[in-house]
Amino acid sequence: MTTLSVIIGYLCLLLALGFFSNRLFRGTSKDYFVASHSIGPFLLLMSVFGTTMTAFALVGSTGKSFERGIGTYGLMASISGLVHAAIFFLIGIRLWAFGKKHGFITQIQFFRARFESDSIGYLLFPILVLLVIPYLLIGIIGAGKTIEPVTAGAFPALFTNPTAPQWLGGVPPWLTGLVVSLVVLSYVFMGGSRGAAFANTFQTIVFMIMGLVAFTFIINALGGIDNAGKVPARINEKGIIVQDFRFDKESGLLQQNDPPKTIGRVIASENSDFTDKQPHFWREPIAVEFKTKNRKTGELVPFERELGIPFITFVTYLFIPLSVGMFPHLFQHWLTAKSAKSFRLTVIAHPLCIMVVWVPCVLVGAWASGVLPAGIPPPAVLSAMLNLLVGDPVLIGLLTAGVLAAIMSSLDSQFLCLGTIFTNDIVIHRAGKNKYSDKQIIFIARCFIIAIVALTYGLAMLAKDANVFDLAIWCFSGFSALFPVVFAALYWKRTTKEGAIASVLAALFSWLYYFHESGYGGEYMVGPGIVPAAICFGASALALVLVSLFTTPPSKKTIEKFFPK
Amino acid sequence: MGKSLVWGLFVILFFLHQDFWWWDDADLIFGFMPIGLAYHAGFSMACAFLGWLAISYAWPHDLEKFAEEE
Repeated sequence: MTTLSVIIGYLCLLLALGFFSNRLFRGTSKDYFVASHSIGPFLLLMSVFGTTMTAFALVGSTGKSFERGIGTYGLMASISGLVHAAIFFLIGIRLWAFGKKHGFITQIQFFRARFESDSIGYLLFPILVLLVIPYLLIGIIGAGKTIEPVTAGAFPALFTNPTAPQWLGGVPPWLTGLVVSLVVLSYVFMGGSRGAAFANTFQTIVFMIMGLVAFTFIINALGGIDNAGKVPARINEKGIIVQDFRFDKESGLLQQNDPPKTIGRVIASENSDFTDKQPHFWREPIAVEFKTKNRKTGELVPFERELGIPFITFVTYLFIPLSVGMFPHLFQHWLTAKSAKSFRLTVIAHPLCIMVVWVPCVLVGAWASGVLPAGIPPPAVLSAMLNLLVGDPVLIGLLTAGVLAAIMSSLDSQFLCLGTIFTNDIVIHRAGKNKYSDKQIIFIARCFIIAIVALTYGLAMLAKDANVFDLAIWCFSGFSALFPVVFAALYWKRTTKEGAIASVLAALFSWLYYFHESGYGGEYMVGPGIVPAAICFGASALALVLVSLFTTPPSKKTIEKFFPK
Repeated sequence: MGKSLVWGLFVILFFLHQDFWWWDDADLIFGFMPIGLAYHAGFSMACAFLGWLAISYAWPHDLEKFAEEE
């Protein structure tokens, strides 16, 4: 109950921040959508970083490391440090410059002008919405999975149908999702992009600090930094996977299992030298079999898992972080920048911020393999570790608030951006600039945001057991498949409207095909382990180049507008 | 010169990211940090350094001027 009170207190604080940013709101649509281009370097860094790091970064990375080991960091975090920073430098600053010069508020406005085409806007709008929605879902699902374990036992008579038996009485995911959606909706509703930038900055600081605090407490509970390295599951000389330790909650101490507890066995591996190795600390793939307890019958059921990461998967994952070049919510954050110089801090510090957040999460995920049951849902690993290892309810509440902060600092930008593109690219674009007053424009944006929140919440309840990491990868794959369009629009004069449309369609259909093949959101690789994003990207780039070369080039006026000398 | 240096380092970093040489190494450094993770944490710091180089030697002054012109 104490934990829950701390979390509620944090949510109230956010609402107060929403009221505060509302007082600074200038009442114009430009201020609501892009904060009147007034955001400086620090706020830009925090809002861009907070937006790109969602449930995926904290809950997802810990869960993925629990499943596959420390390769999770190289797979997504270190390559993102390189690719994201390059995109901020090469794409972000350029788009900001055109946005400032020509008054663009949304990506679609830029593409319509660059490709001299209305139809590309109508084509892109539903695709952007379709791809942002899985991103929103992971936030709401991640929040639900985080709160339930840490509030277990708070309301045993009220919440009697938990996700796992040990979480009886915990706040159920449907209620957490609803509350989080309403809180985010409130401060976005009140403060627009300025409110989102303030809230993002506050929340990014909170989740970075809380992440480090949680890391410190987990290390202490595991017997110090040196001992923590011994905790992950180990393969013995018979190919059996064992846990050498258990955490005794009553004494608050890590204790040795004598004999070690069997949790699974190796089924197949190309490497025969794995005796006494901790598979979560390397990246060589091995197939293992674990056992999990059936929730209804209590029976032990075997399930298979691949630990490690195939090298080809690791290499082709580089296509995933290209997605940030096409995120509509990031485009909106870029446009809030006061000047090009505001980007400098983001380009340098973004890889470091990623490191500060991801290294502890990946380590905690690997350590969790030694003290948690193998069958625990990956999105619940972080909160299960907090609940098991950190005894103080106030501290658990603060740490959980940190996880919620990471989640909400992405949800707000995404909700706001969908409202922005609907209002500007559909409503105002069709009706004409002078039909609505500024107040009416803001009202329309807010109504659309409410509709999207309701739709997302409904979908999150239907997909409540989805793997947060895998769902995020599908969202990123779609955006990275669209990356050739934005890159060519900025750097290749010969790109035509037809080429861009062909590229978008190639990205859409290849993505839909693989998404369907994956069973709508599961982990899926092509052939020896190639990520679908690589193939979707290739199809999109090929269509763009071929069709552009065979169609009429853009007018001289457009070239001069977008390629200034 | 400055831009070529930055692009050259970008390509080198991209190749350094594929550290297949430590793929099956689970050794710990400093007693707690798996070597594969420590390497990639170092890689993140190298990315930050490259960002600083890009800003110092390849900053798009023309574009900045274009955006600020009334």
